[in-house]
Amino acid sequence: MAKILRVLREQPGIRLAGLMAPGAFWLSVFFLVPLLIMAWISFLSRDPLGFPTPPLTLQNYWEIIRDIRFAPSISLADGLAIRLFEGLYLELFWRSIWLSLLSTVITLLIAFPVALFMARLPPRYRNLALFLVMIPFWTNFLVRTYALQFMLRSNGPINTLLRALGLEPIELLFTPTAVMLGLVYGNLPFMILPLYTSLEKFDWTMIEAAHDLGADTLRAFQRVMLPLISPGLLAGSILTFVPAIGAYITVELMGGGRTNMIGYAIAQQFSASVNWPFGSAMSLLMMIIVTFAAVLYFRSGRGEYRNAI
Amino acid sequence: MPEAGALSEFAVELRDVSKVFGDIVAVDHVSMGIRHNEFFALLGPSGCGKTTSLRIIAGFERPTSGEVYIDNKPMGNTPPFQRNVNTVFQSYALFPHMTVEQNISFGLEMKGVSKAEIARRVGEVLELVRLPHMAKRYPRQMSGGQQQRVALARALVNRPKVLLLDEPLGALDAKLRKEMQIELKTLQREVGITFIFVTHDQEEALSMSDRIAVFSKGKVLQIGTPLEIYERPTSRFVADFIGETNFLTGRVTQVDGEFAQITTNGGATFRGRAMPGVRAGIEATLSVRPEKVQLVEQPDDSVNCYEVVVRSIAYVGSDTRVVVMLGENRIDVWEQNTISTLDPNYFFKPGERAWLTFKPENALVLAE
Ligand SMILES: Nc1ncnc2c1ncn2[C@@H]1O[C@H](COP(=O)(O)OP(=O)(O)O)[C@@H](O)[C@H]1O
Ligand SMILES: [Mg+2]
Repeated sequence: MAKILRVLREQPGIRLAGLMAPGAFWLSVFFLVPLLIMAWISFLSRDPLGFPTPPLTLQNYWEIIRDIRFAPSISLADGLAIRLFEGLYLELFWRSIWLSLLSTVITLLIAFPVALFMARLPPRYRNLALFLVMIPFWTNFLVRTYALQFMLRSNGPINTLLRALGLEPIELLFTPTAVMLGLVYGNLPFMILPLYTSLEKFDWTMIEAAHDLGADTLRAFQRVMLPLISPGLLAGSILTFVPAIGAYITVELMGGGRTNMIGYAIAQQFSASVNWPFGSAMSLLMMIIVTFAAVLYFRSGRGEYRNAI
Repeated sequence: MPEAGALSEFAVELRDVSKVFGDIVAVDHVSMGIRHNEFFALLGPSGCGKTTSLRIIAGFERPTSGEVYIDNKPMGNTPPFQRNVNTVFQSYALFPHMTVEQNISFGLEMKGVSKAEIARRVGEVLELVRLPHMAKRYPRQMSGGQQQRVALARALVNRPKVLLLDEPLGALDAKLRKEMQIELKTLQREVGITFIFVTHDQEEALSMSDRIAVFSKGKVLQIGTPLEIYERPTSRFVADFIGETNFLTGRVTQVDGEFAQITTNGGATFRGRAMPGVRAGIEATLSVRPEKVQLVEQPDDSVNCYEVVVRSIAYVGSDTRVVVMLGENRIDVWEQNTISTLDPNYFFKPGERAWLTFKPENALVLAE
């Protein structure tokens, strides 16, 4: 026993490995192994019932990219869309990423003033504000989404109010707007909390120093505040973007399945459509694309930002 | 030397400036003018409004009333980034995500100075603060003294009209502090920029400044050269705050020209310089510094000569510090050791009688 302890003391490498072992073990069991299983399934064929079965094949991946054609087009149908390529799944991937990014930006724009306000409160009110932000977590997300659905119904509170004011009711439910609303609503706390953490630590003398050196408010924000709160900004954005792109409940309940997103489409493959190998292939491909994009994004960050992290 | 075109003798002037936070009057009707190229200290105990005054000059706080003039222009609502002043913050406030070089370049970039010019001036100022090889470091990789110099360089590189320094040496240890005092003073002469320097350390203020404004509870009690502040304090607070002194309270019995006569509560009558506000009949304080009092064995016929009892003696090398009792009143006397001797009987002993004496021109009669 004493000998083991001495070895541990003298060999920092071994000690570090020892300290990391339990974490590494559980990560492997619950994260790496399922991921490998999924990767494996994505190269299998589909039996008559839709479950994975040999032989190995690339068919699932081919299915995703098969119909991609070069077909440049500009449409004004829903906003300005410039397309170079066409393809069923290409568009699904693209729309999912785009909607998730948009929801992240909208969430950020709402969360930033809230987090800033919270961080500027006198310390004794800050915990109360944090508490208020976290209250929604006490109710199941599904229940909250049903509540949101109820709010948007054609005879729900919003439209009742509009009618009472003599205005035209609006069809909100099962539209892309409703999906966006659901995503923003659901992810807002995940953006507020990391942002608040960064802002609360922020030393406001930095802004005074920037002003002192001739920076106006905008430049003090860009050059000093933004880099220094970027850890919170990035954490919040990831915590918002990732659930958005995998959103299922929101797409189903708020979009009624009409605004398809990749998370929903994948879920379909494991339930209604019963095609596990194809669902696995889509999952893995999405994961690779998002990871790749994230790495590129972080690497492109300016020196100042990277240093603040 | 005033710059061409400057209409005023002052680089910065505060006219009747007050700042109120809720029910705290942080700055209370302060008026003062800081001359061009002057090393000007704001001196006072903690919480007396020095930082607030500095922040009002920098533009971080708006005065509740009164006005700040920089180069004879009223500042009004001019934001900090449009004032030709720079600040060395008490905490340095260096940007942690930027290297030393980037920190120093920041102000010049904001002014749109060309890249080549920035590189030249940053190099120059790094030489000036003696950190030329530290350009690529981050603030967290530097010692407190080095960070302090970076903060100084970051402000100086902009060549401001006025440099504001809020207790810049406060975080340094005693030895480094002494070095930096000298360095800062030399630097100020070299660059020829007006320095307004906040400190609560009276020795620092005396040794570095051209002039000092002594603050107490938001008010400026006195403005003067170190000599004036030390030798001619106009109030009991200033006499007490700057250096050591003996106070004897009593009633003014007579004022003749420059001098006044005061009879202390113990019955002794002294003559000293009459400071502003001293009239016959008022309660007043006699202030005399320990080094200005002598102890003698025999009474002479001078006015301020009274018999005392020696209570304690401390030999501190350069001088001998004696405490004597004049009736109920304790008086400190510092005698310079001008003669080299090992004779233990050379000086007075505790319990012995002696006569104290000081010249009327070395004592002050203070009205407040
Ligand atoms: N932003 C503020 N809000 C409320 N009170 C303040 C504020 N800034 C300073 N004070 C108060 O004003 C007084 C003077 O403060 P300050 O100028 O920092 O003094 P000093 O620098 O001489 O120690 C203090 O009583 C301080 O508590
Ligand atoms: Mg202060």
